[in-house]
Amino acid sequence: MSDPIPNRIHARGVPRPGRWVGAVVVVVIAAMAIHGLVTNETFRWDTVWLYLRDIVVIRAIGWTLILTVGSMALAVVMAVVLAIMRRSDNPVLRGVSWFYIWFFRGTPVYVQLVFWGLISVLYPRLSIGIPFGPEFFAFTTKDVITAFWAALLGLAFNEAAYLAEIVRAGLTSVDPGQAEAAKALGMKDATILRRIVLPQAMRVIVPPTGNETISMLKTTSLVTAVPFTLDLFYATNAIGNRLYQTVPLLVIASIWYLVITSILMVGQSYLEKYYGRGFGTESSARRRRGGPGGRPSRQAAIAAAGTTTDDPFIEVTP
Amino acid sequence: MTADTRPTAAAPADLMVELTGIHKEFGHGHGAVHVLRGVDLTVPRGSVTVILGPSGSGKSTLLRCINELEDITAGSVVVDGERMGYRLDDKGVLHRLHPKVIARQRRRIGMVFQRFHLFPHLTAAENVMEAPLRVRGLSKDDARAQAEELLHRVGLSDRAGHYPAQLSGGQQQRVAIARALAMDPELMLFDEPTSALDPELVGEVLAVMKDLAKSGMTMIVVTHEIGFAREVADDVVFMDQGVVVEQGPPSAVLDAPRERRTRDFLAHVL
Ligand SMILES: Nc1ncnc2c1ncn2[C@@H]1O[C@H](COP(=O)(O)OP(=O)(O)OP(=O)(O)O)[C@@H](O)[C@H]1O
Ligand SMILES: [Mg+2]
Repeated sequence: MSDPIPNRIHARGVPRPGRWVGAVVVVVIAAMAIHGLVTNETFRWDTVWLYLRDIVVIRAIGWTLILTVGSMALAVVMAVVLAIMRRSDNPVLRGVSWFYIWFFRGTPVYVQLVFWGLISVLYPRLSIGIPFGPEFFAFTTKDVITAFWAALLGLAFNEAAYLAEIVRAGLTSVDPGQAEAAKALGMKDATILRRIVLPQAMRVIVPPTGNETISMLKTTSLVTAVPFTLDLFYATNAIGNRLYQTVPLLVIASIWYLVITSILMVGQSYLEKYYGRGFGTESSARRRRGGPGGRPSRQAAIAAAGTTTDDPFIEVTP
Repeated sequence: MTADTRPTAAAPADLMVELTGIHKEFGHGHGAVHVLRGVDLTVPRGSVTVILGPSGSGKSTLLRCINELEDITAGSVVVDGERMGYRLDDKGVLHRLHPKVIARQRRRIGMVFQRFHLFPHLTAAENVMEAPLRVRGLSKDDARAQAEELLHRVGLSDRAGHYPAQLSGGQQQRVAIARALAMDPELMLFDEPTSALDPELVGEVLAVMKDLAKSGMTMIVVTHEIGFAREVADDVVFMDQGVVVEQGPPSAVLDAPRERRTRDFLAHVL
């Protein structure tokens, strides 16, 4: 077996004692923390284990998931509409979108949820009709907007304001040349948005939206403000109060929130991969061509700079 | 060099493009920039027109006015006998056309950009199929068959499944040409299609364009490839500061320019 490379370098690495010291210190501190957690009587691990899979807790997880997914789904749809309104030529649509975002970002979600809970008191009857004119359709608020819907709508309306800004940033991040190329092919604006701009914006939109989803999972614990009483946090608290063992039930809630968060993170990484297609660093064809390997990046740099490319002499200058 | 500038909507049958008194101003009031200052130009069907000119002379703007990517400030653009963007009614009142109608008008005109502008989230084949699917309403099978044929025509059959980021600049530009051809255009506009390419990749793109010209496509090409102009162009147009300075067959404009500005420019480029 002959090595095609003669005199291959075999050198010793640089000694790094600091690394070892650092690692040992961190491991010792972590071990202390775990020891303190496991041996501390007040955590009552037996209770934790007993109630971790209690049917009431499992059902509460279901409600928390429904609230999280439901409110996020609604918020995403609202956010896309708000972001498109925000970019519209119509000043009325722009203004309404701006006001919505200003209002729902500017007030605490807890307060908003309290108001949603009070909606049937504030507006006992809801009707659809012409303002100050005839009504076409009316219903009793408390029959339609139950505590669950108040919670879901409250979370969604608040979240839509944040997501709208994320979506807007995503839409803005797409090179205007993309819409232009699509336009030159004769596509209509709606088609361009749906087929060309949004899919590319998703690459920018998905990561922060993943964060928002994880954040929403925990924000659902505030629905007690409505009050909605079936979610994970409320349910575990109720059990804890009944047993006079608040701490172990808080541990249970924390464990489940962590589990769900971990699952959401897996989902997020798949979504990121999907919407990152075509943008990856796996431009193998380019690297494999070897030789003028530095060239494409130079080209890209020129194109990105956007200033020099307009020089008509660029390609004839030796 | 026919100077047929009659402002009629019905162009003579042999004219593909008829530009009359085109002015283009960006912005309003004091900040306004007057970029095109009265351009008249006719392009016969099946001919190749090469537009030359220094940076900032308005070449890109002129191309973009032809397919309504910019709306003109004055003048009229008539493509294949149809006025772009506006309709003149019986009483002589001018009406802006609905965006949907303008989108339909653009379908007859293919455009190739300096920086390709391929859709990065779609493969080469999907890039070519997108407009036929969404705009012409072709079936998926038909669109795929057409894409295969067009990619073959530009010499990229083996790259159908590659994303733009996996292709070289020259390959990307050839896909972009195939993408434009997929709409079955009657007119192709090229805006410095080889300027963003490394010198060794320029040839492959020009070769595709020469084939296209040979097949009888009407083309308007902004380029500084003088060799291409000499070989392929029927007409060479030299622009400077928003006007056409000189126009004629390549032998006249390139080899015996009458205008000083043309001579100065050619001295730089050659
Ligand atoms: N959207 C715009 N707003 C304002 N000014 C513009 C706009 N687009 C182009 N211009 C101006 O119009 C002039 C002509 O631009 P254009 O891109 O048509 O030149 P060009 O001949 O294509 O030049 P190049 O060879 O550098 O591409 C330039 O001075 C430019 O700054
Ligand atoms: Mg230009």
